[in-house]
Order: sequence, then structure tokens, then C-alpha cells
Amino acid sequence: MKKIFSYLFKENPVFVLVLGLCSVLAVTTTFERSYMMGVVVLVILVLSNLIVSLIRKIVSEEIRIPVYIIIISTLVTITELILNKYSKPLYDAFGIYLPLIVVNCVVLGRALSYASKNKVLDSIKDGFKSGLGYLVAISIIGLLRELLGNGTITIMNDISGITGYKEILHIFNNVVIPNKLFLTSGGAFILLGIVIGIINGRRSEV
Amino acid sequence: MNIITIFITTLITENVILTKFLGICSFLGTSNKEKNALGMGISVTFVVLISTILTYLINKFILIPTNSAYLQTITFILVIACFVQITELIIKKYFKDLYKSLGIYLPLITTNCAVFGIILTNIRSNYNLIESISNALGSCLGFVLVLYIFTLLREKIENNDILKSFKGIPIALITAGIMALIFGRLV
Repeated sequence: MKKIFSYLFKENPVFVLVLGLCSVLAVTTTFERSYMMGVVVLVILVLSNLIVSLIRKIVSEEIRIPVYIIIISTLVTITELILNKYSKPLYDAFGIYLPLIVVNCVVLGRALSYASKNKVLDSIKDGFKSGLGYLVAISIIGLLRELLGNGTITIMNDISGITGYKEILHIFNNVVIPNKLFLTSGGAFILLGIVIGIINGRRSEV
Repeated sequence: MNIITIFITTLITENVILTKFLGICSFLGTSNKEKNALGMGISVTFVVLISTILTYLINKFILIPTNSAYLQTITFILVIACFVQITELIIKKYFKDLYKSLGIYLPLITTNCAVFGIILTNIRSNYNLIESISNALGSCLGFVLVLYIFTLLREKIENNDILKSFKGIPIALITAGIMALIFGRLV
């Protein structure tokens, strides 16, 4: 347990390595969109690591990057088609940030630096670990932004078409007035900066 | 929409870095020196302009008539990757001086989300060729502008007395946030 916790905060791809910030800043206006983006990236990361590791002996050094980009963009296209069919609101909310997973540094980075050199099972494990770190990070940012900016936590709204469950928690109940600043792009930058700063501080203390 | 409106909004109020969060990796990574910022900006502008035209033509004359618009993601990323490779080869062969100053940035551009993001925005907003070019130009100039201002700010910030845990990335992000707030209210 302690190991998982230390991994999530000491080697987190977003907070520590500062990778894949585009989507962390862009889609985190509600908690639901944030964790769904995290889940999508997690699934794509595990699958791309699996495929890259399976073909690591066939692909030569020179053509590695183009081949990996095609693998990842195929996976992203499949995800796009699935989301477009089953959860249109979420697909529309993600907009261009769904295809942009192709150039998310976390996915390509793990394929290049780990999956291309290691056994299949280890690569899947590595993909899961990085994906989980990303999921936790993006969920934290989404939770804070929605709570501070709107006073609510959307557990499930956009994807309720599939699950049939809908829940938006109203936390402050108009006692505290939420600040819309955190829903704007500037607020996103400032909040992420503060969160990374606090985590840096905690890390150097421990 | 009017092409001038598109140009101004993408340049300032809907800046690629500050409101669409594209190209943040290079924004935080390369913006340590003024010269690097300009080099990166110029190479990005070049690649974005040409690939905007290429992807527009491919989308209009190949993907849409054959009813395969779902292949957009794969096709566009391939176009960008190939184009970056070709540009690198040409510059390496014929413009040796330019290659020396831009060379290291070129491979990085394929994975720069700004390039892919601007192209996707063009297609998703159903812009025609002129509007696409205007959007591409505005976005790229906005990218260079913000990158350059940010580099100058960052040089000043580095020398200031700030909390140890906020040095580097966190203070850069907070600065970018304040810049985003200002840029959003400029027009």
C-alpha cells in the first residue's frame, strides 16, 4: 500500500515528470470528464504497451517512432469510434483532446522507453502503473477545479446514457460562493502550478 | 467567419498555449533561452502552414469522397510525421546553417501537440482553405508571441527569491496562468 502511494506521488507522470499536460489542463472542467479521460488514457497506454512489446523484436531501430505512432493512433481511432457511438456527450466534451492522445507524451514515452525493451507482462504492468498515476493526477485536478469553480462534484452525467446512473453532488450549498476563475484556462494553470508546488514541497520533506 | 476575426481571436483571446493548452511541453521545455524560443516558433509555423494545406486537400479530395473521415486521426499524424522528416532532410542538405540552428527542434515537432491540435481545429470547425490558413497563421504567431514573452518573464523570475518547492515548473505554470487571464481580457 505504501509502495503504491509512494509511486503515485513520487513518480507520477503528471506531477513529477510533467508529461501530458494538455489534457490535464483542458478537459478537467468537471470531475467526470477528468476521470473518464484518465480511464481512456490508461486503457490506451496498457494496450499500446502490450502491442509494442509483442512486436519489439520485429521493428528495427530506425522506424520505431512512426510504427509506434501508427499503433497508438489506431487505438485512439478505435476509442473515438466507440465513444462517438455510445457516449456522444462525452465525445463532444473531449473535442480535439481525444485525438490529441496520439501525441500525449506519456503514451509515446512509455512505448519508447519501456515497452520496446521489456517482456510483455512487465510492459503491461508498466503501462498500468503509469496510466494509474495519470488517472489519479487528472482526477485530483478535475475534482479541485470543479469544486472550487462551481461548487459541485459531477460523479456521473455525460456517460449516464450507458450506465443509467446520474449524480451531481452539490457540496457548498451556496454557503461558500464558488469562484469561476478556476473553470477558466488561467485558473487551470494556476491551480496545477500550486498543486505541483505543494507536492514538490511534501516530497522534499519526506 | 471573417478571416481577420479568426486571425485576431486565435492570436490573442483564444491563444493556442494559453486557452487551448497546446504545445505546453515545448512551452515549458524550450523556453529557457530567447533564441531557442524563436527557433522553435519559426519551425512550428513552417510545419503547421504546409501541413494545414496538405491535410485540407487530403481531407477534401480523398477522405470525404471515399467516406472514410474516421481515418482522419491516423492520416493527419502520418502527414505531419512524414512532412517533418522531409523538411529535416531538405534543410539538412541545402540549408546547412539553418539546420545547425533549427536541427534539434525538428524531430520534436511531430509530437508537439500544437501542430496536430491546430490541424484538428481546422477540420473540426469546417474551415475552408483560406480560413484554415488564417487560423494556422494566427495560432502560430500567437504561439511564438506567448513563447517569447514567457521566455523574457522566466529569465526575470529565475533570479527572484521564491519558495524552493515552487522553483521551476510550478512558478512557470502560475506565471502562464496570470498571462492567460490577461490575454483573455485583451480584446
